[in-house]
Amino acid sequence: MILLDFVLEQGEFRLDVHEQLTGRVTALFGPSGSGKTTTLDAIAGLRTPASGEIRVGNRTLVARDRGIDLPSHARHVGYVTQDVALFPHMHVRRNVLYGRRRGQKLELDVVARMLEIQPLLDRPVARLSGGERQRVALARALMSAPELLLLDEPLNAIDLELRRRILPYLERVRDELAVPILYVTHDREELRLLADHVVVLDKGKVVDSGGLG
Amino acid sequence: MTPELWQVTLFTILAALGATALMLVPGLLIAWLLARSRFPGRVLLETIVSLPLVMPPVATGLILLMLCSPRGIIGRALAPLGIEIVFTWKAVVLAMTVMGLPLFVRAVRAGFEQVDRRYERVAATLGAPPLRVFTTITLPLAFPAVLAGAVLGFARALGEFGATIMIAGSIPGATRTLALAIYSFAETGRDREAAIMVFVSAAIAFAALWASNRLAARAGFHT
Repeated sequence: MILLDFVLEQGEFRLDVHEQLTGRVTALFGPSGSGKTTTLDAIAGLRTPASGEIRVGNRTLVARDRGIDLPSHARHVGYVTQDVALFPHMHVRRNVLYGRRRGQKLELDVVARMLEIQPLLDRPVARLSGGERQRVALARALMSAPELLLLDEPLNAIDLELRRRILPYLERVRDELAVPILYVTHDREELRLLADHVVVLDKGKVVDSGGLG
Repeated sequence: MTPELWQVTLFTILAALGATALMLVPGLLIAWLLARSRFPGRVLLETIVSLPLVMPPVATGLILLMLCSPRGIIGRALAPLGIEIVFTWKAVVLAMTVMGLPLFVRAVRAGFEQVDRRYERVAATLGAPPLRVFTTITLPLAFPAVLAGAVLGFARALGEFGATIMIAGSIPGATRTLALAIYSFAETGRDREAAIMVFVSAAIAFAALWASNRLAARAGFHT
């Protein structure tokens, strides 16, 4: 269960989210500027809510009234940002292993096979195509053994054909790893294929939410 | 080159290398604070670090002399440990460090500011605490700037004159550096030695700049 119950103010913009998410893949849906990315940033610890609480499972990430505001590195939340931000000074393998925690069960081989990135592991990131970068970023986030995976429009920057080829990888992540996913999109096809729950945001407020049949 | 000229050359290179090494830790820390933090006294820190750039070097040397003399704050603190600074090789290294630090900090700070913060943020979400983010992301990405800063600091240390003569004097075989030797030889009519020292200074500075450019070009991002 993921509890999002917070208010975040950013200049004149006010994000007001009060939701309890129980789905495996929850899509955050809404127009640009509605607060989707800001919501993910707040969960990842990149922005601080003015008040409220964020919980993932039994772990409280933020509880402003109790003075809890875990730093990003202690949140155990994998975040694939829109621009993927692969570390340019590292090869793919070092990127993927960057967040690997000691004693974690998930092996590089398993993730590399699942996302078909084995042939890419020794390449510099500058020599990856758009789709390869997305898969490597996804592998990197998974290797940090997150308790929640945040995906911010992971297929936004790539063309339709490539998008169709990458979608199955996301489906595999959803089906083979028991990690809840919060997925920002404004593509209805992605929404239909991946999500089992949707939260619709508009102008910083939740205007609709519920399961997808 | 006579043994005297070799000694001056070697001493200057070693002292400048020592000064450059001493700049690294405080320089990286100050540059990072100025590039990445907002704290009270930030402008004051920036001003103090930059002062040696704009003050007459002789004035900086006099301040160092007052601080490090046996009656100064630093001199008194070090006396029980048997450490004397003034008019020793340590004074040369200290003067070079203080005079080179602002250039190092400026170059590195600019380098840190150019590192895209997205990488640091993503590293944090992957579980890296701030020190690891710094050592594995910020520092490697700013490496060309750190290198350029170190070379600038080294070159500044190599040519240091005003502060050094105040706190270390120009004692042959003990504290005389290339810059001090050039002045001393020129003043006493030893023009040939002065010219050799000028050539040596230019050669060392050229070699340092050339090496740093090569390293920066090779530093491309593939580890």
